[in-house]
Amino acid sequence: MVLEGLLWGIAALLGTGAAAVAMARRRTATALVYGISLCVTTVALLAAGASLVAPASLGGTLTLPVGLPWLGAHFRLDPLAAFFLVVVNLGGAAASLFGLGYGRHEESPGRVLPFFPAFLAGMNLVLLAADAFTFLFAWEFMSLSSWALVMAHHRRPGNAAAGYLYLLMASFGTLALVLAFGLLAGPSGGYAFEVIRQAPPPAAVAAAVLVLALIGAGSKAGLVPLHVWLPLAHPAAPSHVSALMSGVMTKVAVYGFVRIVFDLLGPPDWWWGAVVPLLGGVTAVMGVLYALMEHDLKRLLAYHTVENIGIIFIGLGLALAFEANAMPAAAALALTAALLHVFNHSVFKSLLFFGAGAVLGATGERDMERLGGLVHRMPLTAFAFLVGCAAISALPPFNGFVSEWLTFQAILLSPALPQWLLKFLIPAVGALLALSAALAAACFVKAFGITFLGRARTQVAREAVETDRWSLAAMFPLAALCLLAGILPGYFIDALAPVIHALTGANLPRQNELDWLTIVPIAQSRSSYNGLLLFLFIALAAGLGAEVIHRWASAASRRAAPWDCGFPDASPITQYTAGSFSQPIRRVFGTVVFRAREEVDIPAPGDARAARLHVQLRDVPWDALYLPTARLVSYVAERLNRMQFLTIRGYLTLVFGALVTLLMVLSIWQ
Amino acid sequence: MAVILDAIVQLGEMLVVLVLAPLLAGYVRTLKARLLGRRGPPLVQPYRDLLRLLRKEVVLAHGASWVFRVAPYLVFATTWVAAALVPTFATGLLFNYAADMIAIVALLGSARFMLALAGLDVGTSFGGIGSSREMMIASLAEPAMLMVVFTLSLLAGSTQLSSIAAFMQGPDVGLRVSLALALVALVMVAIAENARIPVDNPATHLELTMVHEAMILEYSGRHLALIEAASYVKLLLYVSVIACAFAPWGIAVSGQGFAAYLLGLAAYVAKLAAGGFLLAVFETSIAKMRVFRVPDFLGAALMLGLLATLLLFVSRVT
Repeated sequence: MVLEGLLWGIAALLGTGAAAVAMARRRTATALVYGISLCVTTVALLAAGASLVAPASLGGTLTLPVGLPWLGAHFRLDPLAAFFLVVVNLGGAAASLFGLGYGRHEESPGRVLPFFPAFLAGMNLVLLAADAFTFLFAWEFMSLSSWALVMAHHRRPGNAAAGYLYLLMASFGTLALVLAFGLLAGPSGGYAFEVIRQAPPPAAVAAAVLVLALIGAGSKAGLVPLHVWLPLAHPAAPSHVSALMSGVMTKVAVYGFVRIVFDLLGPPDWWWGAVVPLLGGVTAVMGVLYALMEHDLKRLLAYHTVENIGIIFIGLGLALAFEANAMPAAAALALTAALLHVFNHSVFKSLLFFGAGAVLGATGERDMERLGGLVHRMPLTAFAFLVGCAAISALPPFNGFVSEWLTFQAILLSPALPQWLLKFLIPAVGALLALSAALAAACFVKAFGITFLGRARTQVAREAVETDRWSLAAMFPLAALCLLAGILPGYFIDALAPVIHALTGANLPRQNELDWLTIVPIAQSRSSYNGLLLFLFIALAAGLGAEVIHRWASAASRRAAPWDCGFPDASPITQYTAGSFSQPIRRVFGTVVFRAREEVDIPAPGDARAARLHVQLRDVPWDALYLPTARLVSYVAERLNRMQFLTIRGYLTLVFGALVTLLMVLSIWQ
Repeated sequence: MAVILDAIVQLGEMLVVLVLAPLLAGYVRTLKARLLGRRGPPLVQPYRDLLRLLRKEVVLAHGASWVFRVAPYLVFATTWVAAALVPTFATGLLFNYAADMIAIVALLGSARFMLALAGLDVGTSFGGIGSSREMMIASLAEPAMLMVVFTLSLLAGSTQLSSIAAFMQGPDVGLRVSLALALVALVMVAIAENARIPVDNPATHLELTMVHEAMILEYSGRHLALIEAASYVKLLLYVSVIACAFAPWGIAVSGQGFAAYLLGLAAYVAKLAAGGFLLAVFETSIAKMRVFRVPDFLGAALMLGLLATLLLFVSRVT
């Protein structure tokens, strides 16, 4: 049984974590922990992948006598879980492989090693859980183990605050999920998913559950405005854990949303299809704009996760809109787009975080303004990172483009929707998606260009050395996967078919039997895309061009000083920096989105002081939502604080008053 | 047999695109000179320029990495492939289905991505200024372009340019406000993407306002030739897209035979001539704008595109 095997794997991970507590000080612990994690996740990846391709092994259920006494712990392996298991364990295996090399430089392995396998186990457990209690337990376990990993370097400035904010937001999200499951279970209290599925809640309750699921899963995934913790917490962890948190844990959150809204909640209402895509569109644009303003490489990547979560939620929301209007084929397309983006994002985001980790390991720097020229010192890392950048910027022939293309195709089906609001709203969301895709390209030109190209800005960047073999071994398969999923998307779409069928009742046409491996979501006359042909054509045209030119024209070249319009400056600080690269975009969008203020401080003539440019960016959701909330909480807490210092008479009056109030409530209730 | 014929036609189209592109650029250049009262270079000057550059050696800046050397080939190949997938004189070619309009826009995005990286590679301030501004312009032009694609494909029920061309020739197009708005938006995007006046000036050097030219400032020899060729092809591509989507008259349908292809080719050349003429007139009659006016210009294009899409639902065909 696949399910039992997976549970044994989770147990093995937990055991490894426990054992790591005891032996973290040993030198071999690092290799052992990551080695075991690598083995377990690889096996789980293969098992889940096989069960997705051959769905005969799916559908097993298992009840263990742990957890709540009257409930037990239910586990089930269905297509949705199997797909997300593939995502989690692929990311997990890659992170373990990376950790084999990267983890050796860890200054405090005792704070990382026990929690790393526990974190992996928690994520796997969320996917297999088939009752509310197990789900929430696993969810919270995942949150806490990742929190511990965020706090691994808690002495570094900012990390403790990031961990605190993460803990707060994670508890808040779990609270929302507890309430959502409470509403789903209803007064009878059937917490097993099987029971919930059979009794969908009435419309008003379903709406409340949707909102709670958006808050609960959205806060973990990073939907704006619940994203604030993410760019602080993800980069604070060691890089392979950052990759797991950004590339994989956010996907577990997406899984939570899909499980609740698509599986348990019954048929959707049409306005869900307005709220979710709009949130997704705003999240996508805000996320990429935040990322553009950032010059900390890891934080840039974390902000960019917010953008991709937005794209995924656009797809999910479209699927809801189509499903509410009984258009299963269109819903299948939108859901395929969303889930394919889940897979793609987990691949390239892990790859990019590994690249950032390799840079961090080689230079000790995360700040792009202090890097540069690394392409000469770390050519292999640079190449892998470049592939990741191209893929995440949705450039053909890589994989990011395929899922965004499918999302666009789903958006183009929106005029068939009967609701006027959706007819108008969804093309506007399409505009937001197009904007975010274009900005993403700018963002990653900056990320790669400033970090790896140009001239080294500091001594550490000048002396960087290529990263170790384990790390490269983790990056290159992911880079290959970016290309492979881009040029052969048909196979990946077909592998998703059982998931889509289980959730929407429809399927895309089978893709891998079409000529030349083209993908055709609806009909050939409507739209088609063939990444393989494009890739071959580009490779052929470039190769042919190079061959012809080198043979018939000129192949001579020589090195000289840069031209730079006649005024090359030897100092690397005259290069464009991350800040100056994004300055035009800051000018265009920043004044509205970030309330950016620029002040030029030019000293008076004769004053030898340097001129300065002050830029001030505000985080609007933080100012408008979080600061007032924090102020309110502290205000209320201060008021309530007085209750600690009442006299005995005061306490007695309070108890009496409470009793009377409760009795009155009870009498009114009946 | 039919497949071989189709392949030949497809190959012919790729060559036509490549051969005509410098001619279009030279034609626009000559025409602009005439409109300004100068004699201007001969029509074939761009071919001569390219040949001259190809024969010269490359002067690589110290510190230029492989990205700098690979980028021209990739930029050229990507742009060429994108142009080959746009129906020029015939629709429904063998490989037209490999990429729809969204993919073509994205292919151009790939080319721009590589070029912007190459601009940053040497580590000069002019390269940086070019890359940064190019990406700023693209970040608005690309969504505007996609909104135009939305409008066209919602109307035609397809994102394939061949299907769009067939629809536009058909009876149920009608005169729509949306189409007019989309056309205006598309022209604005085309001007920005091809670095033409008023957004950028293709003829300038040593100006703090240059964008595209600043990005490729360090290039020389065969690398520069490829980049120049790519920019010629890109101009041709945009004129072809406009012609295919908004003026598909005379375009042949695959399999119609030799005569239809010839007619299509003649119509295509005529459309290129008309497009080039309009571009030259437009460029000579307008002044270049400041860099930070460009977002307003492209923002207007984006809004027009969005408006065109939304008006589809409320406008009535006349």
